[in-house]
Amino acid sequence: MSAPPSGPAPAASSSGLDPGRAARLAGEVARRDIRTRWMLSLPAIAIVTAAAAGPLLIVLVYSFLTPGPYGNVEWRFSPDAWINVVLQKDIFDDTWQWADAHLRIFWRSLELSFLTTALTLVLGVPTAWFIATRNERTRVVWLFLITIPFWTNLLIRTIAVMELIRNEGVINSALIGLGLIEQPIQMMFTDFAIALGMTYVYLPLMVLPVYASIEKLDFRLVEAGYDLYASRRKMFLRIILPLVKPGIIAGSILVFIPSLGAYVTPRVLGGGKNLMLGNLIELQFGQGRNWPLGAALAITLMAMVMVALLYYVHVTGRGRRWHG
Amino acid sequence: MHDMAVEARAVEARAVTKIFGSDDSAEVTALDDVTVSIRENEFFTLLGPSGCGKTTLLRLIAGFDHPTRGEIRLHGEDISHLPPYQRRVNTVFQSYALFPHMTVAENIAFGPEMLGQPRAEVARTVDEMLGLVRMEEFSARRPEQISGGQQQRVALARALAAHPRVLLLDEPLSALDLKLRKEMQIELKRLQHETGITFVFVTHDQEEALTMSDRIAVMNAGRILQIGAPREIYDHPAERFVANFIGESNLLRGELGVVTSATGTVTLSSGVTLSASVPDGAVRAGAGRTSGQTSGQTSSQTLVNVAIRPEHVQLAASPDAGTLSGRVENVVYFGTDTLYHLRLVTGEPFTVRMQNTRDGSPDARIGDTVGVSIRAGVAQVLQD
Ligand SMILES: Nc1ncnc2c1ncn2[C@@H]1O[C@H](COP(=O)(O)OP(=O)(O)O)[C@@H](O)[C@H]1O
Ligand SMILES: [Mg+2]
Repeated sequence: MSAPPSGPAPAASSSGLDPGRAARLAGEVARRDIRTRWMLSLPAIAIVTAAAAGPLLIVLVYSFLTPGPYGNVEWRFSPDAWINVVLQKDIFDDTWQWADAHLRIFWRSLELSFLTTALTLVLGVPTAWFIATRNERTRVVWLFLITIPFWTNLLIRTIAVMELIRNEGVINSALIGLGLIEQPIQMMFTDFAIALGMTYVYLPLMVLPVYASIEKLDFRLVEAGYDLYASRRKMFLRIILPLVKPGIIAGSILVFIPSLGAYVTPRVLGGGKNLMLGNLIELQFGQGRNWPLGAALAITLMAMVMVALLYYVHVTGRGRRWHG
Repeated sequence: MHDMAVEARAVEARAVTKIFGSDDSAEVTALDDVTVSIRENEFFTLLGPSGCGKTTLLRLIAGFDHPTRGEIRLHGEDISHLPPYQRRVNTVFQSYALFPHMTVAENIAFGPEMLGQPRAEVARTVDEMLGLVRMEEFSARRPEQISGGQQQRVALARALAAHPRVLLLDEPLSALDLKLRKEMQIELKRLQHETGITFVFVTHDQEEALTMSDRIAVMNAGRILQIGAPREIYDHPAERFVANFIGESNLLRGELGVVTSATGTVTLSSGVTLSASVPDGAVRAGAGRTSGQTSGQTSSQTLVNVAIRPEHVQLAASPDAGTLSGRVENVVYFGTDTLYHLRLVTGEPFTVRMQNTRDGSPDARIGDTVGVSIRAGVAQVLQD
């Protein structure tokens, strides 16, 4: 590293600089360059610190405090909130037990999020494939249609689903009208309702990244596969799937993360009893008046999201190279 | 099944037309009534400028597209509408189209695996192919980790590993730099020789076509203009396009005289009479599409184009000694030879290429009036 490259040496000697000095100068230029970059990214760093790290820190600190009697916190250290995430004291004999209610909600959240991800995959991948294989003009129209729901408020979209599935809703009325059923089918306030609602709401988040990776797919590779005697099944498994995988993983993450933290959809479609993590957290800051527990639950949720994201980074870190 | 096929051609296109685009406003006739027959074990080249339909013809043979009219036959069997995976034909793609998520070895193994070869045999084929293209050291690399020339060799190995009876190569060398291209030309010839597989090779590089091919089909605008051995095509171009696309040619107008068995006399506009080769059909074309006439019995008033290669003629010793005469307008020195650009007395341009000798002084200078000697049989009458 200390020896100057042979290229610039003649130029340096002709201008009267010795090679060592030239190397030092080059180092100085590099240092200045780095300093300029730091200066340029300072505003971004400031915003990230103030808007993301700051509030997060407050939440973290609150999770180690004592709940106040009417909400808020008392500035006394207490690990109780963290213990209460998974354990609870028996009201009668003061022994520690698993916090079944919390664990059930954790489990339901995970289950519903996985279910939602799976449903959006099943619906989204063929949709993305369909769009990506249309001609350019038609593609734009389909993509536009896919993004339209984004323009509408989440609450309104959820209530639209409710209109479809409630006992007096479109589906039940139609089925009763046709004489296929006599009693309305109970769909509202079930896990099914929540999964349906989330699938509907998050489907575009699956379609768009999958579409992007299918669109990038070099169809000459598909021809090469057929040329080498691949069957349709083998073609999909050996060539298309590995190349589209980054998009599928991105879509899955994009659906899974908001599903895990979903609040509006389970609240509207799940009623009061089918809580998800988001609702549980909200409960602690509202009726529960246990802000530290709410904070601890929020951080737990965030940790789960982080795991999913790390997995994503790990997988796409390898995948990105293929697309150059 | 091999003995049956011996008699048949490896690949035949019979009156194949391919039209792209269904709405008539955007119709493109990529191939127009193409008929060609490629022999077994032949190194056959499709040569033509970009957009003339070379890739389209190759894709029809591979099965990625199907002809609008006409049929494609492989070893005598009509395969026009079979999918690619039902043809024992493999392709080396212009872009290589290597699978980016597989290693070199996995790429090569793909074809044999899809053909259902047992694992041990696949491994043997892969080793054999890696050796054939000299890529043993790189078997564990991914396509992005090897150079363009190496990718090219892997693409070749991958196609050969599937044991094709006909190998299609779409401008496989066009992305390589000159030195590598020369090496790969030799490599390809060696591979074709060693494997004995019929190669259908596409290029727009006339020199490449001349050096590598057993036979060449010259294409332009969706049509095949001439098929023949390199020497045949170079020495006896049938059409003006061929004469200009392959090497350089001087073109002169003349009147065709008596034709006897592929040789005739041509009277040039300067009044000089030459003896020239006459291809089949030239007379008919020259007579302005009047049908029914055949060579041998022709009226004497047929205007034709005559092609003369610059290196097939010489500057004469004195201005009056040659067949033609003209003024030297430019002299270009090329090391091995020198080009003399002349203006004939008729006003037509004419180029003479003279080989340089060690101690020779230039044969002529700008402004000199010189003669050009043309030996009998050097001039070629063109079809159009
Ligand atoms: N899929 C296609 N759709 C429409 N036109 C095409 C298509 N493929 C080729 N063509 C047209 O057909 C002609 C021949 O193309 P191609 O066979 O690729 O030429 P070459 O390989 O000789 O350069 C070109 O005019 C090209 O634009
Ligand atoms: Mg082409």
